[in-house]
Amino acid sequence: MINTPTETNLDTVQASPKMAARGVNVYYGDNHAIKDIDLNLYADEVTSLIGPSGCGKSTFLRCLNRMNDTIPICRVSGQILLEDDDIYTSGIDVVQLRARVGMVFQKPNPFPKSIYDNIAYGPRIHGLAAHRTDLDEIVTTSLEKAGLWQEVKDRLDTSGTALSGGQQQRLCIARAIAVNPEVILMDEPCSALDPIATAKIESLIDELSGRYAIIIVTHSMQQAARISRKTAFFHLGEMVEYGDTTEIFTSPKEDRTRDYITGRIG
Amino acid sequence: MTDRSKITTVNSSVPTDWKSDAMQARIGRRYRRERIFRSLGLAAVVISVLFLVFLLGNIVKNGAYGFMQTSVSLDVTFNADLLGDPSVLSAEEFTEKVRKTNMLRLIQASMRDLFPDVKGRRDTRALLRLVSTGARAQLRDMILANPSLVGNTERVELLTSDDIDQVIKGNIDITLAEANRKVKDKELSWLKTLQDDDRISLDFHSQFLTGGDSREPELAGVWGAIVGSALTLMVTLVTAFPIGLFAAVYLEEFAPKNRFTDIIEININNLAAVPSIVFGLLGLAVFLSVMGMPRSAPIVGGLTLALLTLPTVIIASRASIAAVPPSIRDAARGLGASPMQVVFHHVIPLAMPGIMTGTIIGMARALGESAPLLMIGMVAFIVDIPGSINDAATVLPVQIYLWADSPERAFVEKTSAAIMVLLFFLIAMNGVAIWLRQKFEQKW
Repeated sequence: MINTPTETNLDTVQASPKMAARGVNVYYGDNHAIKDIDLNLYADEVTSLIGPSGCGKSTFLRCLNRMNDTIPICRVSGQILLEDDDIYTSGIDVVQLRARVGMVFQKPNPFPKSIYDNIAYGPRIHGLAAHRTDLDEIVTTSLEKAGLWQEVKDRLDTSGTALSGGQQQRLCIARAIAVNPEVILMDEPCSALDPIATAKIESLIDELSGRYAIIIVTHSMQQAARISRKTAFFHLGEMVEYGDTTEIFTSPKEDRTRDYITGRIG
Repeated sequence: MTDRSKITTVNSSVPTDWKSDAMQARIGRRYRRERIFRSLGLAAVVISVLFLVFLLGNIVKNGAYGFMQTSVSLDVTFNADLLGDPSVLSAEEFTEKVRKTNMLRLIQASMRDLFPDVKGRRDTRALLRLVSTGARAQLRDMILANPSLVGNTERVELLTSDDIDQVIKGNIDITLAEANRKVKDKELSWLKTLQDDDRISLDFHSQFLTGGDSREPELAGVWGAIVGSALTLMVTLVTAFPIGLFAAVYLEEFAPKNRFTDIIEININNLAAVPSIVFGLLGLAVFLSVMGMPRSAPIVGGLTLALLTLPTVIIASRASIAAVPPSIRDAARGLGASPMQVVFHHVIPLAMPGIMTGTIIGMARALGESAPLLMIGMVAFIVDIPGSINDAATVLPVQIYLWADSPERAFVEKTSAAIMVLLFFLIAMNGVAIWLRQKFEQKW
């Protein structure tokens, strides 16, 4: 019934996955939100999670860096591997995990501090910079990678909340990059942005895709088609189909995927 | 009837006749109700403003004279025979001699020059009573501060007794029959002589703001109570703020949500509504009886008021902590901040304006409390300015209570004046709270 990702991936030659879900179930109290998900997520490529609202894609995303820990009724079973370590059972420290698996949220959420301090916060708490000059270097390169440097280089001490929505979101991406993560999770990063800002974020994701494993939840199928190499379709807590983005959108194997893509469900 | 049925018919195929009489009347009624509602609200505001204006007007009217005091100018001869000669005696000997001298004799001498006809002990005593009993200390301090006065005659301003002061201020009705008033005809005639000689003046009285309490209204001041209040509030702030803040942070950010924390939450809200005198009983039982702390001391008062303020601080702090957007917590957590880092780097700084505002409002309430302090003995008559949190002290509201309870007519205005001082501090504290909120308020 459900395509196992290992099968669909047999034809694509891949190194071992950066992150992998093995039989992941998530419960909110009695509500079975995520059902038995197996998924491989590879470094240096963008994976889109699509599906109708409430299908569990954001919940799954938040399991990948244990952001669901703070919800008391949330329970996760199965394995989520970062390289070879199970992030839920092994001795991995949550704080460290979140430095390795960064996150960008739906609504831009810069700290109400200066642009500089927004970027510098992560490196500071993780002790990544020994000197002020190192920190300056991290701030500069992070902003450059996020394509924001030219716009803000003269006003690093102004508040991050004073930027426009699109700039704020790129600031949040720069902030996530600054701690040098291996994986970046993005939870509908463009849903609060106008089309121009969205285009900038998308091209930014494209540029970053070679350096980080990027997993992005999106409601826009066009966006998924534009930016991701792999796409997973979620429906009612199940992962219905996973495969190359082009295949999912041109010749889906499952009826439900086709119905969603053509707008009949969702 | 037909009109009405037409209006209320739902889904009728006939379009609603918005111009019909019934509809117009309906709209008219609606506007009328609106007007009545608005005028009721306005009336409520006007009534409360009137009451406030009346209250403040009354206090200011009564209290304005409390800051002023009548003085009499007398030509005092600083008799070297009586006081000792500072050029002969050593400084200590001179001080000792001056301290032992009865200054009343200087006043008596100068009064005798003014009223040579007054004879007899009874009349002389009555004459001397025109001058405040504090005048002696006034003279003594004058001499000790300036020993070169000895041997000279100087015109000095001495406080009059509170009765004379009240006559000058018009608070004693001198048209009453002599038997029915405190100031007798003889005294009034002396006063008249002094006034004609231009020796009576009504001036600003700084001792009211710088002195301690006294049985004599003309000598009583609020400084002791102000210092007592300041020391007490300091203890309250130092205890209630950190405890309240950490309790709020724990309950809001770390405590598991279960029946136990629910009970704690409900009880904190209940504590905020407990009558303050109950906290006084608690303070009496715990701090005085069990822990054996000093009675009447600001440390006990401060701790008792801290108990009273804690619920306010906790509730205000929790509200402002809860108002910090979850997205900020997510952002920090997503970067790998530990729960404590999230709280200390982001939540508390962002909640601080609200926490400080709540704390200051709580402090303002503590500043105005008297009931719990009565229970722990801060209602004593204390003349000295407290020097530390362990000294006996009183606070402004209790001082007001004590003066309001005093029989002397002159304490009426002192009471109102002290209320004005208290209100000044309350308004100042609320002003600071508003200023803090405006300055640090975050826009999201």
